[in-house]
Amino acid sequence: MNDSKKQNIEEVKLMKGNEAIAHAAVRCGCDGYFGYPITPQSEIMETLMELEPWNTTGMVVLQAESETSSINMVYGAAGCGKRSMTSSSSPGVSLMQEGISYIACAELPCVIVNVMRGGPGLGTIQPSQADYYQSVKGGGHGDYKLITLAPASVQEMADHTVMAFDLAFKYLTPVLILADGIIGQMMEKVVLPPYQPRLTEKEISEKCPWATLGKPANRKPNIITSLALEAEEMEATNIRLQRKYREIEKNEVLIEEFSCEDADYLIVAFGTSARVCQKAVEMARAEGIKVGLLRPITLFPFPTERISQYADKVKGMLTVEMSAGQMIDDVRLAVNGRVPVEFYGRMGGIVPSPDEVLKALKDKIVKRQLIEN
Amino acid sequence: MTTNEIISPENLVYDKPKVMNDTPMHYCPGCSHGVVHKLIAEIIEEMDFQEKTIGIAPVGCAVFAYKYLDIDWQQAAHGRAPALATAIKRLLPDRLVFTYQGDGDLAAIGTAETIHAANRGENITIIFINNGIYGMTGGQMAPTTLIGMKSSTSPNGRTVELNGNPLDITKLLAQLDGTCYVTRQSVHTVGAVRKTKKAIQKAFENSMSHKGTSVVEIVSTCNSGWKLSPAKSNDWMVENMFPAYPLGDLKNL
Repeated sequence: MNDSKKQNIEEVKLMKGNEAIAHAAVRCGCDGYFGYPITPQSEIMETLMELEPWNTTGMVVLQAESETSSINMVYGAAGCGKRSMTSSSSPGVSLMQEGISYIACAELPCVIVNVMRGGPGLGTIQPSQADYYQSVKGGGHGDYKLITLAPASVQEMADHTVMAFDLAFKYLTPVLILADGIIGQMMEKVVLPPYQPRLTEKEISEKCPWATLGKPANRKPNIITSLALEAEEMEATNIRLQRKYREIEKNEVLIEEFSCEDADYLIVAFGTSARVCQKAVEMARAEGIKVGLLRPITLFPFPTERISQYADKVKGMLTVEMSAGQMIDDVRLAVNGRVPVEFYGRMGGIVPSPDEVLKALKDKIVKRQLIEN
Repeated sequence: MTTNEIISPENLVYDKPKVMNDTPMHYCPGCSHGVVHKLIAEIIEEMDFQEKTIGIAPVGCAVFAYKYLDIDWQQAAHGRAPALATAIKRLLPDRLVFTYQGDGDLAAIGTAETIHAANRGENITIIFINNGIYGMTGGQMAPTTLIGMKSSTSPNGRTVELNGNPLDITKLLAQLDGTCYVTRQSVHTVGAVRKTKKAIQKAFENSMSHKGTSVVEIVSTCNSGWKLSPAKSNDWMVENMFPAYPLGDLKNL
């Protein structure tokens, strides 16, 4: 066995999704993490503090006084062209929305992790997906979008961390990893990403000529701001942002399909719900119901085109979410009335079981089709 | 002496600092901001720190500070400047990182960010312009507005019953273990301007030698908000603001 192969085998670890994010961040050259404790994601900062990356890669890890402060520390770091991130759970992410809006407008790259819990209000510490609207429809004030990744495994928690930084710097925009309490807390096998060094200041000034690293004599001052008193100037900023979002919609849609080839019916679900639905699809198939699962990996950009294609192939769709039904709006927009789109979900921290999903599929979609035909 | 002799380079005794650009300032005539901006520019030039400085502009009248000083700037959300400065200084420890904030920004909406950055002893300088009023939004009551002082949101004068007491946040910051230098100055006379310059210079030196957080409060006028002429504003400040916010060092380690 050669050395590199041996090393790869040793890299397979068993850990929580939250821990995988922390390890992946250090390994992919993250410069700074700024956070505030909140269940169910506190292991991210706890793991980083145990890893002490300031002694190895030089990464800064700081516990801030609030989520408001965390996201503004991220703003400061990102303005210097540094790879910076924060993480929180639903109530904390609500508190960050001011800063996220500023970062989106100032066109700074950063990574935000939301390990969702049941709301509204202080809610519960159990998993939920009820922050879908907040994540993909804006969240803070003004017209902006976040690239939103929805991991469904511990492996994806690690992979999406690396991918999120790449996308953030490619488009100069905040990228949100939208997980939930189950993906954060459950332990699975994971292959951690290879180490890549943090960028040097010289590399940053080449790759991010806009970064505030101190003004050399031969260039104009770099100014990071989201302010424009003139309406025309602000409209130009908005047009630039919208153009960027269209570009993202064109290039970055990611999905996973399961048993979709011959499907009469389609389930659409992301994250933990998609894991549950995969089991429900297997159970339905055993009973002879031809159903497939489409899992959006990117929630923005949303797989509108792919779902639209399925609207011409299947007899009906079921959207399953741990919420009152939020993503279903986007599924219905994609389907545009061509086939029925029904919903099944649990709220407030309850995870639906595969049996419940199967029953909902039969009652709301399959039986209805039989009656109507 | 002819005019040409008088303006010849060897007779030059005073010039605009090179770190200051030619953009006309939006500040009202008589406002303290212009003087403090110029002092900061002079010090950055004298310390040869132009390439090493990152300023954080607030929300308020000084939001456009980045238009006047020829250095790299980040403009923060209201009150969040010390959070930005914390991250920047920790990631770029050899840079000069300062925030420039007004009383509403620093002592109301940004109280948590200010106190915790200072308590952690972040190696930054906080320049705090205290004129007891919200200037940019049109003269509303600030946390430092004096009892009896009229503003657009305290039209009959601030009262303890309705509005609570003025907040002496600088005194509070001086009590924190993270601060190394906390001083209160003004720029209403030539002597006061000189003292303020020395104070800012000392604060910048502290930040570069990682001694902790330095806070320079500058008790200032807002003649537009106070509805007084620049000269009368200065008199009013000496008579009313100085007794509540006495000048001098509160802490100098």
